[in-house]
Amino acid sequence: MAPILKVDGINVYYGSIHAIKGVSFEVNQGEIVTLIGANGAGKSTTLNTISGLLRSRTGSVTFLDQDLGKVPAHKVVSRGLALVPEGRRIFLQMTVQENLEMGAYTQGGKQLEEDLDQVYQQFPRLKERYKQIAGTLSGGEQQMLAMGRALMSHPQLLMLDEPSMGLAPILVEQIFQIIQNLHEAGSTILLVEQNAQAALSVADRGYVLETGRIVTSGTGKDLLESPAIKKAYLGG
Amino acid sequence: MEFLSYLISGISLGSVYAIIALGYTMVYGIAKMLNFAHGDVIMVGGYISFCGMSYLGLPTVLSVLLAMAVCTVLGVVIEGLAYKPLRAAPSLAVLITAIGVSYFLQNAALLIWGASGKVYSPVIPVTNAAGEPNALRLFGGSLSISYISLLTMAACIVIMIGLTFFTSRTKLGKAMRACSEDKGAAQLMGINVNATISTTFAIGSALAAIAGVLLCSFNPTLTPTTGSMPGIKAFTAAVFGGIGSIPGAFLGGVLLGVIESMAQAYVSTNLANSIVFAVLIVTLLVKPAGLLGRYVPEKV
Repeated sequence: MAPILKVDGINVYYGSIHAIKGVSFEVNQGEIVTLIGANGAGKSTTLNTISGLLRSRTGSVTFLDQDLGKVPAHKVVSRGLALVPEGRRIFLQMTVQENLEMGAYTQGGKQLEEDLDQVYQQFPRLKERYKQIAGTLSGGEQQMLAMGRALMSHPQLLMLDEPSMGLAPILVEQIFQIIQNLHEAGSTILLVEQNAQAALSVADRGYVLETGRIVTSGTGKDLLESPAIKKAYLGG
Repeated sequence: MEFLSYLISGISLGSVYAIIALGYTMVYGIAKMLNFAHGDVIMVGGYISFCGMSYLGLPTVLSVLLAMAVCTVLGVVIEGLAYKPLRAAPSLAVLITAIGVSYFLQNAALLIWGASGKVYSPVIPVTNAAGEPNALRLFGGSLSISYISLLTMAACIVIMIGLTFFTSRTKLGKAMRACSEDKGAAQLMGINVNATISTTFAIGSALAAIAGVLLCSFNPTLTPTTGSMPGIKAFTAAVFGGIGSIPGAFLGGVLLGVIESMAQAYVSTNLANSIVFAVLIVTLLVKPAGLLGRYVPEKV
């Protein structure tokens, strides 16, 4: 199992604030890998750096044996890397279907109908509302739309940034069920979560971030059982 | 009948404002900046078509196309040189730059074409060879609508429908709307935001050239400041209708033209501009987002 994503010693700054301090990790084909950590630990910053929205001063991000360091953000998705950003960031004034079409922007429109069908099969709620303006969807539906939109680009690696944020517990369960379904269907997923319990229980491996550094890593199961993690993130 | 003829001249003046306002609103919608140099691109369009007709002896249609081509390139160059380096700068810096570009264009025109006005011959002459007015006569001649008015209104409607179709149906148009909402998310979709913004400037500037030709056909003296006042009024029209909205720019432009024409006819020529801006202020007090502007609540 060769890693499809390899992050090696990245350092990211916001002005003079050193947000990511030498983070390295990797994701293998077919895995769910999770980055967990408290608010401000640098989880989203890491994902935004991988997808090219932010730049690292040092180190490298290698995806499918290609260096992403100089690739502009809008060219990353056509390499097979899709990010579902924090806060979903769907296009609120566009319809559900238009959002999905934007997800397929780099696909050349060859199999748009098939891809739409597939996403609608995965998320029947979106099919019911395909003509609705996305801003009128509920939070859970918006998250589904954001995930469906990312899937339209046929990603080799799907990065999810806090997919459970702001959702009711029942919806959180649903979203994690969807993540597992995607995994079983063969997707490789890099999942960033504050909900450590839920994230670790679906993940093959996990990394724990604390103020810009990786402090622990291990399999999802090991981390769930580790007393230090329990104390810090799982409420005792 | 008098009222109708004022109404029609208001609508045709308003159509020119609407075409300019469409350029303002598209650039604002996508680049989130007020391109105060837009009015001066109109002036450049006027001069280029003037030069095409008077100096090069080109037929009218070719002169208009030449003006559109030059303005399109000009718009893209302005965007690339003046605004693109400021993409991450505060919006105030961009605004000041836009004002700078506006003065630059005015002074460049002053240098090239001089301060004295050029007499612009309308794209459709006022009278035909037999000395009769080139106008559509209705009600036994008591109401006459000049062909240039008809052309202006038709151009405005065609442009509005074309832009609406473009932004709602085509892939590039949808990508523009995506950029207008969230540039970061648009990049994640693989949309090249810089190229999209350049395209928007190209479209807006081509529209400005058309507006320049039509404006000069109504107002035949062409000077380096020809574009300023119509530019500001069209900006007003865009805000009035709801900036960022294409039907809003159309409605705002036409209403503004009608209000101006009515104020000139029934109140006072001198007060017309004050009345126009007073209407804007009152409208914005009641509807801060403009007539057709809307806020979409964001769910978290």
